[in-house]
Amino acid sequence: MSKQSLLRAENVNKSFGAVVAANNININIDKGEKVSLIGSNGAGKTTFMNMVTGYLKPDTGHIYLKNEEITQLDPRIITQKGISRSFQIPQIFEPMTAWENLLIALGTSQKKHSYFKNARSKENGDFIDEILNRFALNEFAHRQVSELPGGVRKLLDIAMALVRKPDILLLDEPTSGVGAEEKYPLMDTIAKALSGQGLTVIFVEHDMDIVQNYSDRIIAFYQGAVIADGNGNTVLNDSNVKKYVTGKTEVKVKS
Amino acid sequence: MTEKLYNNLLFQSIFLMSFLILVGLLIPNWLVFVITKAIAYGLVGLGIITLMRGGLVSFGQGFVFGIGGYTAGLLGTQAGLTDAMLLLFVSFLFTGLVGLIIAPLLARYRDIFFAMLSLAFSMVLYGILIKIDAIGGSDGFVLPESTYFGIKPSSEYADYVLYVVAIIMTGFISILLRYYYDSTPGLIALAVRENELRVEYLGSSAFNVAVLNFTIAAGLGGMGGALNGIALGHIDPEFTYWTTSGEFVFISILAGYLSVPAVFLAALLLELVRSFSGRYFPDTWQLILGLFLILSIIFIPSGIGSFFKQFFDRLKKSK
Repeated sequence: MSKQSLLRAENVNKSFGAVVAANNININIDKGEKVSLIGSNGAGKTTFMNMVTGYLKPDTGHIYLKNEEITQLDPRIITQKGISRSFQIPQIFEPMTAWENLLIALGTSQKKHSYFKNARSKENGDFIDEILNRFALNEFAHRQVSELPGGVRKLLDIAMALVRKPDILLLDEPTSGVGAEEKYPLMDTIAKALSGQGLTVIFVEHDMDIVQNYSDRIIAFYQGAVIADGNGNTVLNDSNVKKYVTGKTEVKVKS
Repeated sequence: MTEKLYNNLLFQSIFLMSFLILVGLLIPNWLVFVITKAIAYGLVGLGIITLMRGGLVSFGQGFVFGIGGYTAGLLGTQAGLTDAMLLLFVSFLFTGLVGLIIAPLLARYRDIFFAMLSLAFSMVLYGILIKIDAIGGSDGFVLPESTYFGIKPSSEYADYVLYVVAIIMTGFISILLRYYYDSTPGLIALAVRENELRVEYLGSSAFNVAVLNFTIAAGLGGMGGALNGIALGHIDPEFTYWTTSGEFVFISILAGYLSVPAVFLAALLLELVRSFSGRYFPDTWQLILGLFLILSIIFIPSGIGSFFKQFFDRLKKSK
C-alpha cells in the first residue's frame, strides 16, 4: 500500500524575540502514522503543535494538510478541515457533566444546526454513549467534570477532540499530571479507543517508555530544530537525542 | 420522551398564559399596567440573559430599548401605523436588524470592554435624541392610541387589551427562546461562556455566537421598548439613559441566566418595588433599588432562576 502524505511542514521558522522556537522544520507525516514528538522543555514541540493547529503562525514556511495549505488559517477552520487536538491541561467545560461536554463537542461537529430542535436527542445520546463506552467513561457520564480525577479529565478532553472524526489527532502530553501507576492504563485506554480508525496521531510526550511503546515514529526536537526522525530504536539511540533529550544510554521497552 | 417534555412545555406555557389573561380581568387596572411594564422590561432582561449565557453582559440595552420605543412612536405619529401588534413586531425586526449591523463590532470585545462599548452606544443615542427637536428633544413625544386589527378599545379596557397582547407575544417568544437555549447552538453558547478557546478548537465560532445572541437581545430589547412606549403612551430619551440600562442589568442579575420565567418575575419585582417605594417612600427609589440589589447578590448569587432550576431538576428526578 502506498503511503499517503497527510501533514507536511516545509521550511517552517518561528522566533519569539531572540528565542528560536522553530528552526527550518521539514516534516512529512503519512496517513495512519502514530508519531511522538520528544524534546526537553522549550525544544519547540508545543510551538510546532500550535503552528499546525493555527494558534501560532510561522514567521516563514508553509504547512499543508492533504496538500492544502493551512499555514495562515485560524484554529477553528483547521479543526473543520480535519485536525483536532487535546490539551496538556484539559480544556473542558467545568460546570457541565461529561455527557454534556461530549454533547457540545458533537454539536460543534455537526454541519447543520436546528435552532429549535433539542440537542439532547436520542440519536445524539446514542452517539455519546458509544464514545463514553469506547473511552471507558460510562460511570462518569453524569458527573460534573470539575469533580472528576485527572486521568478521567484527560480522557474526556481527548474524547471531545475525537468526536469530530478528525484525520489527525494531536495529543499534548496525554499523561502529564497523571500518577506513574496510571500512565500505562491511561495510554492503553487511549490506544484502544483510537484503534481501528486509521487515525493519524501525533503526541507530545516526555516519558520515553510511553513514547517507545505507543508510537511507530519519533521526532526529536532541540532548540527549535528536528535533530532526529525515525523509528523508536533509531531515534532513542541517536547520540544527539541521548545527549540533548533523554540523557539515557538505554531505553526500556514494555514487556 | 423529549418530545413529550416539549409538548408539556408548550401546554404549560399556554396554560400559564391563559391563567394570566384571566387574572388580568380580576386585578386592578394599575396592576395590569405594572405587569405590562414588567413584561416590557422583562423582554429586555431576556435579551441580556441570552447574552449572559454566552458570557457577555451589556450595560447599554437602553440603546435598543430606545430604538424600539422610537420606532413604534415614529411609525405611529409619522406613518399612522397604530396597530400595537404590528408595531411590536416591526420594532422587534428593525431593532434586531440594527443589532445585527453593530454586533460584529461588539462581538470582537469581551467582559468589561463589551459592556462599556454597549453603554457607549446608548450614551451616543441619548445625546443625539435630546438634541433633535423634531422628535421632541428631551421631552420626547406622545404616541397615538393603539388599535388592534383596526379596532380601538375603549379607554377602560385599553390597558387590559395591551396586557393580553403582551402576554401572548411574550409567551410565544419565551417558548421559542427556551427551544433555542436547549438546541445545539444554544448549548454551544453556554460552552463559549465557559471556555471560548476550546469552542474554537472544537470547530465552532465564539464570534458568531456573540453576534447571534446580540442580535436576538437587540430584537427583544426593541420589542420591550415598543411595548413600554405603547403602555406609557409616551417616549423620551430616558429610554436610552444609562440608569435605564442599569435597571435591565439589575433584572438579569436578580433573575440569573437559568430560567426564562424568572426574568419576568424579576422584572415584576423591580416594578413593584419601584411603585411602592414611589408611593410610600418618595425620593428613595435609588436607595431601595440599591439595597435590594445588594441583598440579591449576597443571598441569591445565581438569581431566582436557580430556584426554578432546582425545583424542575427535583421534579425530573422524582419521576
